[in-house]
Amino acid sequence: MSRISILTRRLPRQAEGERQRISVRTFAEPLAYLLPFFIGLAIFTLFPIINVFLLSFKEDYRMLSGEFSRYGLGNYAFILKDPYFINGLKNTAIYVFTVVPVSTVLALFFAYMLNKKLRLNPLYQTAFFLPMVTSVIAVGLAWKWIFNYDYGVLNFFLSLFNIDPINWLNNPHYGLWAIIIYGIWSYLPFTIILLLSGLQNIDPLYATAARVDGASNFKIFFRITLPLLAPTVGLVLIVNIISASKVFNELFPLFNGKPGVAYNLYTVVYYIYEVFYVKWRLGQAGAAAVILFLIVLVFTMVQLYLQRNWKHY
Amino acid sequence: MKIKLEGLTKKFGSTVAVDNLTVEFESGRLTALLGPSGCGKSTMLYMLAGITPVTQGRIYFDNEDVTTLAPEKRGVGLVFQNYALYPHMTVLENICFPLEIQKVPRKERIARAREMAELVHVEELLDRRPAQLSGGQQQRVAIARALVKKPRLLLLDEPLSNLDARLRLEMREEIRRIQQETSITTVFVTHDQEEALSISDAVLLMKLGVQQQFARPQELYDDPANAFVAEFLGIPPINKLHGVMRNGVFELEDGSAACRLPRWNGVAEGKRVILAVRAESVFIAGNENDRVFDADITQIYKLGKEELSYLRFGSCEIRAYLSREDELQVNQVVPVGLKEKGVFLFDAETGARYR
Repeated sequence: MSRISILTRRLPRQAEGERQRISVRTFAEPLAYLLPFFIGLAIFTLFPIINVFLLSFKEDYRMLSGEFSRYGLGNYAFILKDPYFINGLKNTAIYVFTVVPVSTVLALFFAYMLNKKLRLNPLYQTAFFLPMVTSVIAVGLAWKWIFNYDYGVLNFFLSLFNIDPINWLNNPHYGLWAIIIYGIWSYLPFTIILLLSGLQNIDPLYATAARVDGASNFKIFFRITLPLLAPTVGLVLIVNIISASKVFNELFPLFNGKPGVAYNLYTVVYYIYEVFYVKWRLGQAGAAAVILFLIVLVFTMVQLYLQRNWKHY
Repeated sequence: MKIKLEGLTKKFGSTVAVDNLTVEFESGRLTALLGPSGCGKSTMLYMLAGITPVTQGRIYFDNEDVTTLAPEKRGVGLVFQNYALYPHMTVLENICFPLEIQKVPRKERIARAREMAELVHVEELLDRRPAQLSGGQQQRVAIARALVKKPRLLLLDEPLSNLDARLRLEMREEIRRIQQETSITTVFVTHDQEEALSISDAVLLMKLGVQQQFARPQELYDDPANAFVAEFLGIPPINKLHGVMRNGVFELEDGSAACRLPRWNGVAEGKRVILAVRAESVFIAGNENDRVFDADITQIYKLGKEELSYLRFGSCEIRAYLSREDELQVNQVVPVGLKEKGVFLFDAETGARYR
């Protein structure tokens, strides 16, 4: 009798200790592994984000002394009246809404062709990955040469079709188009890779089933493949819109660090860069960054909302 | 529609998937292509559908040569093993899709799809998407989608293999019902003998791309053409005793036992043979005339209505369904008789049957 009671009393206590040890281990140990990442995230991502928000409300902020007159909306009021900022918003919008759709459609075409015959030879592989792995500035300089009025490859090709050479970089009317062409090219590889992996995840049986029913390739693509690819297309659009909204790197090498020859090619990020590093008006730079953040946020939310209706399975 | 295959051959590289097959499937019948995996039955189905090109030989639908005809021009409805319902379309849209391709007007499309949905009993599910359906329901929708364009031939690839045991029983009767109501010529592929034997009008049994036997299901069981057919069909599997014929006496290979088989007196002396005996063809001999050999009972399993006994015959064990009235005991030695039906003798090398 006594033995049994000792046993029964000890068992739950043991189990409890075990449970405690498990909960500590299951929580603390992974946390320890994750800690370096979280510290990095806090210092380099979270803190700057919060800081920029605060900064954007500090009026007459001086960086060296850290003094500011008061918290307010003065910075926002200023930049929203600044024609360069408005110009930057406009250029960025044009850039995003040409580069992202055009490069996505082109990438879809390439991905579809690649998916038909997947054995990529190394030459093609390199060609497709090149924009991703090469330094943006180096690529930019290459494009500067491509766009050259007198010796550029692009004008050479145009001349084959009897089109007069275009002064891509030094005529203010064409500068934005130069950036857009460059942008479309630079977004292709990433988009192709994502779309290709999306296409490869679609069971070829659906196409076979449709073919037995007499569907043409055209019909199969638009009624079967594309709807099934919609989630991937949605992802690609979100990622590319966010990243295209930050257009800056493409601008810098093409125009020797200026926003176009006539200072007419401001983008939002170029504006932030100039106000921050050149003019040292940190509060206004912060306000511009917050506005960009809000615009991108709204787009992402709208897209996520729409995408909910795309995925049915 | 009658289907005629003439010397049909399919090679993938150097492997022969279907080897010189000549056979005729009757119109309006349900034909099963049966065989172990890798026997070429699915390849054959896809050649009928026109998805897999033919290496050699011809396919005729009635008298029309369709060997090189594109799949969409053959008028076949195909149900895939995992159904391949379009996940982004509703059940109604799925069933309508073949008609949409044929540019049937929208109203007629929906009317015909509803009719099909009623035939396969999914009329309540038209607004659902495939992911919201059970396996059996998906199967029904897939059949409706295959039938809606009124094909000349319905092809089903392992139609029941993705279903659980109970649904399988239900769906195979459904397939039979749908086939009989529409009296459409149907060919289906299966590796499950019970499926093939229970619902089909004719079974083509294949092994490694070669036709073994084409017959009515019962004939296949009662009158197998060779050792493979006899072995492939039947649960429990047929008893196989390897031995040698000597002077009308069957002797086990290791010489541990022998019995007289007067039916096969004509078999050449010293021929290596397989004696195949179905479990239900063994009985306790009531008189000396019926007695073929004596055996002792090693085990008895009571399986409800029947009793499966294991009999020792030399070094071999024979599974037998013996009458319960005999009240047998383990270790009892009994005189064993073999019925005329369900006892076969095959050549050990070629598998050919001695009649």
